[in-house]
Amino acid sequence: MELSLIWNEKYECMPQSELKALQIERLRETVSRVFYDAPFYRRAFQERGMGPDDVKSLDDLSRLPFTTKNDLRDNYPYGLFTVPLSEVVRVHASSGTTGKPVVGGYTRHDLEVWAEVMARSLTCCGATKNSVIHVAYGYGLFTGGLGAHCGAERIGASVIPASGGHTKRQIMIMKDFGSTILACTPSYAMHLALVMEEMGIYKSDLKLQGGLFGAESWSQNMRSQLEDRLGIMALDVYGLTEIIGPGVAVECPEKQGLHVWEDHFLFEVIDPETGEQLPPGSYGELVVTSLTKQAMPLIRYRTRDITTIMAEACPCGRTHRRIGRFVGRTDDMLVIRGVNVFPSQIEEVLLRIAHTEPQYQIIVERRGQLDELEVQVEVSGQFFSDEVRRLETLERQIRREIEDVLNISVRIKLVEPKTIERSEGKAKRVIDRRQL
Amino acid sequence: MRKEGKSMPIKQISVFLENKCGRLADVTGAISANGIDIRAFSIADTTDFGILRLIVNRPDDAFKVLREGGFTVSMCEVIAVRIPDRPGGLAGVLELMQEAGVNIEYMYAFSAKISKDALAVFRVENSEVAERLIAEKGIRALSGEEVYSL
Repeated sequence: MELSLIWNEKYECMPQSELKALQIERLRETVSRVFYDAPFYRRAFQERGMGPDDVKSLDDLSRLPFTTKNDLRDNYPYGLFTVPLSEVVRVHASSGTTGKPVVGGYTRHDLEVWAEVMARSLTCCGATKNSVIHVAYGYGLFTGGLGAHCGAERIGASVIPASGGHTKRQIMIMKDFGSTILACTPSYAMHLALVMEEMGIYKSDLKLQGGLFGAESWSQNMRSQLEDRLGIMALDVYGLTEIIGPGVAVECPEKQGLHVWEDHFLFEVIDPETGEQLPPGSYGELVVTSLTKQAMPLIRYRTRDITTIMAEACPCGRTHRRIGRFVGRTDDMLVIRGVNVFPSQIEEVLLRIAHTEPQYQIIVERRGQLDELEVQVEVSGQFFSDEVRRLETLERQIRREIEDVLNISVRIKLVEPKTIERSEGKAKRVIDRRQL
Repeated sequence: MRKEGKSMPIKQISVFLENKCGRLADVTGAISANGIDIRAFSIADTTDFGILRLIVNRPDDAFKVLREGGFTVSMCEVIAVRIPDRPGGLAGVLELMQEAGVNIEYMYAFSAKISKDALAVFRVENSEVAERLIAEKGIRALSGEEVYSL
């Protein structure tokens, strides 16, 4: 069987210097497009005294205005389109659980770009024209189904457009049709695995080799479970309706961060409080500028997803820089003594020490002028020892490791199980008692 | 299998307690409600938390009751020995242990009706050495049965 590991070697392995040159050329085109064709952007540029000719290098990016989700809502549904509707061949929308949905429009060219980045992404998890790609993302306004579909067709694989639901039937189809690649949300993949077990169907009855999972955040633990239960290599794919849908970034088989397809998406990581760009290694908000979109290009779109830039070259050969696995959303962020703190950073330390999902709560208080951070950790199972010395050592270890990650001092308090308030089965992670 | 004449380790229940009003009573209440008797206990505490250590007549039942009651509880083996009730009684036992290199994690004493001797519970790091010591040096250890039925 022919195994093409990289879909588009010319672009995916392009030296960073050439990639940068391509990015600046495409950024200038995009800026010019939004300035002339989207009144929202023209106003935003003019407020800063900027015009399209002021973008000469990638360094100028930091002077451009941001675009937020609120801006999209204010311009609902078509306000940010830079082409007439006659040029738009597809419209998708987010589920819109909070207010109006977020709309994404595509020209014929945009669909080509989408198919290209999804073809690259599927190829990362082993898809070739010989693959049978089972798409169990929902088909509809949601970008998952049709996004994976067009990428799979671009590769020339046999596509099974299963969409969501009818789980037992899907399992029968996967088995009978010999599906080799599964594309769906990680939680649906887990559901499929569990129902398979109930039905008495083993992974050896299927031909699955790879899974491309996205649209939700999922843990490394879930990855190992999915890989084990389904006998696959499971990779994370990232995307947003606003930008294009799935296919903005994807893990390669190295599973060390997600390559952002930099010839189509320009990315930065910024401090969500100050808006300043952050260097590689620092965690902050991912900001994406589309470089090739026609129908609805976005400049410096604030994704609210928290990650970090990984500047090191990847052994897989792709030159596009990576971002780390997402650690949370800006909505969960706390600012303590000027330092950005994400509950997931603390959770990660506890997970490492306890080897199990820990129950914890973060309490922030202000004593005088100083913020104080206390982490309460429920003592249960492996955490407990009958010796005070061991518990104190544990307390110190947790404190040291959290301080190493956050660079601020914390107090650790060991508490009894079920101490931490839970609402609807979910623990309340942060209690901020500061009167700000 | 343990040989005759060797001490039988005793099961001790440990419970994690936050330093909060009424927690100790919650534990003892849960145990007594199930008809379990406490033979000996001690508390080790820090500013934030304490560890309650209990020896009871039905350790397995107590463990189950407390676990089901939502407490963080563990069970470990300790050694109980008779300490002659005279000046230097405890010192003598401790010296023997020190000579043999038995590392004591913690200990606590208690009394019972069976004898004039004081009784002491030891949690040691190397229990095989301690057991051999007990067998060879004439330290009088109590078996689990003896302690549970005090």
